[in-house]
Amino acid sequence: MSLQIKNLVVYYQTLRGYVKALDDVTFSISDGEIMGLAGESGCGKTTLGNSLIRLEPPMKYIKGDVELDNEKLPVWNSSQMNAFRFKKISIIPQYAMNALNPTIKIGKMISELLSSRKFNYKKIKPELERRLDLVELTHDVLNMYPIELSGGMKQRMVLVLSTLLDPSLLIADEITSALDVSTQKAVAEMLVEFRNRKFVKSMIVITHDISILYQIADSILVMYAGKLAEKASTNVIVNTPRHPYTKLLISSLPKVGVRYTEKKLSGIPGNTPLLLDPPAGCRFRDRCPVAFDRCFEEPPFVEIEKDHYIACWKECTEND
Amino acid sequence: MIKLEKVSKTYRTGTFGGKLLPAVVDVSFDVRDGEVVSLIGESGSGKSTIGKMILRLITITSGRILFNDIDISTIKEGDLKNYYHDVQSVFQDPFSSYNPIFKADRIFSIIRQEFFPKVKDSQWNEKVDSSLKAVGLNPDQVLNKFPHQLSGGQLQRFLIARALLLDIKFLVADEIISMLDASTRVDVLNLLAELKSKGLSILFITHDLSLGYYISERAIILYRGCIVEMGDTKKIYFDPIHPYTKMLMASVPRLDKKWEKVEVELKAKQAEITEGCVYYERCKSPRRSTKCNLKRPDLVEVSPGHFASCFL
Ligand SMILES: Nc1ncnc2c1ncn2[C@@H]1O[C@H](COP(=O)(O)OP(=O)(O)OP(=O)(O)O)[C@@H](O)[C@H]1O
Ligand SMILES: Nc1ncnc2c1ncn2[C@@H]1O[C@H](COP(=O)(O)OP(=O)(O)OP(=O)(O)O)[C@@H](O)[C@H]1O
Ligand code: SF4
Ligand code: SF4
Ligand SMILES: [Mg+2]
Ligand SMILES: [Mg+2]
Repeated sequence: MSLQIKNLVVYYQTLRGYVKALDDVTFSISDGEIMGLAGESGCGKTTLGNSLIRLEPPMKYIKGDVELDNEKLPVWNSSQMNAFRFKKISIIPQYAMNALNPTIKIGKMISELLSSRKFNYKKIKPELERRLDLVELTHDVLNMYPIELSGGMKQRMVLVLSTLLDPSLLIADEITSALDVSTQKAVAEMLVEFRNRKFVKSMIVITHDISILYQIADSILVMYAGKLAEKASTNVIVNTPRHPYTKLLISSLPKVGVRYTEKKLSGIPGNTPLLLDPPAGCRFRDRCPVAFDRCFEEPPFVEIEKDHYIACWKECTEND
Repeated sequence: MIKLEKVSKTYRTGTFGGKLLPAVVDVSFDVRDGEVVSLIGESGSGKSTIGKMILRLITITSGRILFNDIDISTIKEGDLKNYYHDVQSVFQDPFSSYNPIFKADRIFSIIRQEFFPKVKDSQWNEKVDSSLKAVGLNPDQVLNKFPHQLSGGQLQRFLIARALLLDIKFLVADEIISMLDASTRVDVLNLLAELKSKGLSILFITHDLSLGYYISERAIILYRGCIVEMGDTKKIYFDPIHPYTKMLMASVPRLDKKWEKVEVELKAKQAEITEGCVYYERCKSPRRSTKCNLKRPDLVEVSPGHFASCFL
């Protein structure tokens, strides 16, 4: 087991109280697994990614355990996490493209980052260049400033940089969303290539674009309003999902070959609940077409088949 | 409705505007009454530039744009108001259209001051209510709120409602749903489809091909400012002719099919524009030859209504 998360609870501290963005999350990722993380905007995907690597105010650790390669991560202590960040666990943050320091050349930035972690840039440079070749970037980029790179080039650069020390886990947060389809495909396939070459052991790929996950992920975890809804193999999530939210989400996706005149798609009526004061019980209850009395209690996230987890009373009760 | 005849736009860039950047090159197409046409292309291909020229936000370098047979560049400043009564746009990022310190519905009062100064309060409120309902919003829930109290989808629909207040005939929808969640996207798409059935014409700018397919009867593929292929959406998607269109279609992430191994050429994107075919640097077609780099292929009608620009 590469990553194991148990009962993790992380809130945002605000003047009006806690925003319950990550509430009692339990799941694991195997060695070599690329896990997609999907769900509507604001459901807590970025919060989950950040909790594993940089849990800083206004985020507040409430409880829970995170283990990476059977070693407990001190996620609640940002300075102790320094020992793991970049070396064992790395993140490509959402909007990373714009986060690169515009006044420093890319080569210099990498060398500074490495020496801050007590690594020697010169020693690592041949491997760095090999990886630049692999993502089809010329070695010249090391002498360029971030603004000289296009969106797709920046994402490939950040991918090489964040995996340079062969971390065990890479979290990639919406790295393909701003790209056009052909660049998107190239970057997504590079993620798989990096896993296959064992530059990273396993990955969490965050995106709201499930059709990209269908191409590259081994499994998909669907979140709803700060809670886990369903986790299963990619094939199961896309073709035979069991959670009512996953079903509605998948059926609302436009597909090439589907036109509104032939098959009108429908969205999910209603809005996601406010996480400042979420309703008790199942958070999807207000919008769920099959909700019943039991749903006023909170459904546990349980394994209903091998490697298929779900938090829904309807699906569990029918199986009893 | 709208017709573009050999429209080009060249930006002047660099210090003193010394460099010329051809962003749109000899583009001709039309959008008929009650039709949705998708304009598809990668970042920087000139999609928004075309939209901005139609709205007269930027000048046309050469060529003409006709709105109901009137050359829009001949419309005088004073008569532009009438033009905007008929033609409106909704752009990419809903958040940038709002000022966070004012309530979101201020965008409606601006329209009122500009276009309907004489309309009475009660009549105006009714008009706003009905256009909010037309975009699937409940006026009681969304009026009198600040932008941060509304979701991206709600803000986006507000902007469409604003356009509807004017009873428009033509809408330029520039990437209006790429920012939205899957389920909200479908709602906005269905809304556009409904408006279309009531006679609205739409230029639907996108780089998400499945959204383009869902809503439009015709599609235009733009590459570096040039139309490389255009025609019936079904043909473009399932029977593409141009090597660029073929590569695009093979790159679309689909839920019913895994990607095939096609080489995506990343390096050549920045190549200089030459006299020859715009796609020459990246073209992987067996038909490609040095001839392609000498002369630009014309956009020819390959079958009725289906045009492509490639030496076949
Ligand atoms: N700094 C913050 N303070 C308070 N609440 C926050 C903060 N950052 C995020 N939140 C809230 O936490 C919830 C989860 O946000 P998060 O950014 O994790 O969502 P996400 O799933 O990554 O969404 P997206 O798809 O839009 O990136 C949201 O309801 C958001 O409003
Ligand atoms: N005001 C401007 N001055 C100079 N160059 C410009 C200007 N606006 C756009 N360009 C350039 O013109 C080209 C076309 O830009 P445009 O914004 O039309 O592309 P687009 O297809 O809408 O791209 P995107 O998908 O990224 O929105 C680009 O190379 C862009 O850098
Ligand atoms: S627990 Fe109840 S409300 Fe929640 S998804 Fe299942 S059936 Fe619907
Ligand atoms: S004209 Fe030649 S280079 Fe251009 S797309 Fe056709 S085959 Fe390729
Ligand atoms: Mg996020
Ligand atoms: Mg644009």
